[in-house]
Amino acid sequence: MESITVIGKFSILVAGLTMAIGSIGPAIGQGIALARALSAIAQQPDESNNITRTLFVGLAMVESTAIYCFVISIILIFANPFWKHVVQQAGG
Amino acid sequence: MDISPDSIVYWQRGPIKLNATIVFSWVVMVLLLFVSWLATRRLSVEPKMSRWQNLIESIVDYMRTQIRAVIQQQSGRYLYFVGTLFLFISLSNLLVIVPGYHPPTASINTTAALALCVFFAVPIYSIMQKGLKGYLQRYIKPTVFMLPFHIIGEMSRTLSLAVRLFGNIMSGTLIVAILLSVAPLFLPIVMELLGLLIGQIQAYIFAVLALIYIASGVTAQDKNQGDQNENNNNNDRKEND
Repeated sequence: MESITVIGKFSILVAGLTMAIGSIGPAIGQGIALARALSAIAQQPDESNNITRTLFVGLAMVESTAIYCFVISIILIFANPFWKHVVQQAGG
Repeated sequence: MDISPDSIVYWQRGPIKLNATIVFSWVVMVLLLFVSWLATRRLSVEPKMSRWQNLIESIVDYMRTQIRAVIQQQSGRYLYFVGTLFLFISLSNLLVIVPGYHPPTASINTTAALALCVFFAVPIYSIMQKGLKGYLQRYIKPTVFMLPFHIIGEMSRTLSLAVRLFGNIMSGTLIVAILLSVAPLFLPIVMELLGLLIGQIQAYIFAVLALIYIASGVTAQDKNQGDQNENNNNNDRKEND
């Protein structure tokens, strides 16, 4: 019973920390990219199609770091392998 | 709570399982095949054409324009592979509006399979254009020491392609599921709407990234052609001015 409590406690804690720390970097990066793209569009409105397309692809690549963190925290909460292992041992 | 449609099993005999991921990707494939069969049944070159042909023609033409805009050369062979990827992902994300449908892209298996297709398409396209030697030379381009970094880069971008699509679509369905238990009246519809938008953007991004990866393997040869295009564009611009 003891290990189940520890695993549950730390899984939730680390899942929250993963999201909290992991989304700082991508958020700042996306903000900078968006600000630069806006000023570029303001300077060259003719190229706005090109800039917007590049911006979307770039934002998706920056965002993927945050998505990794999200997937990790989802795995920790909903599909935790250690939790399953301990529950199986306790059950059988 | 399920985080993937893999755990919904419709039919099982021995080790062979038929889960929601497989069933719904078959549904998407059948829909795509059926619509293209319907559209190409009576093709006509005259202005009076069937509505289906008009729809498919506008989609294909738009994809051609986008591909040309991204890689600055003729769409050529890229259209078949990248366009198919886009249509499959886009339709499988769009069908979320049908009740009871689980998007197959919310399972890591589907997205990993798609990313593996891109992983193998890069050398195939590159070898088709430049030959085996030209393809392998790319790995040791600046120096031999870059070899491990090139290999790691190929692996990690395949992984990121798979996880990006999976994470986005899965988070969409998961957020709706969580909101249903917290604020079930109005908010889930708004999030569903956002999910539709994200699904389309992710389909576009997956296709564009696949295109960029494939095109980056063959650009060295087409550089002269690209320069020519650029010159042509500049000339056009001057004429317009």
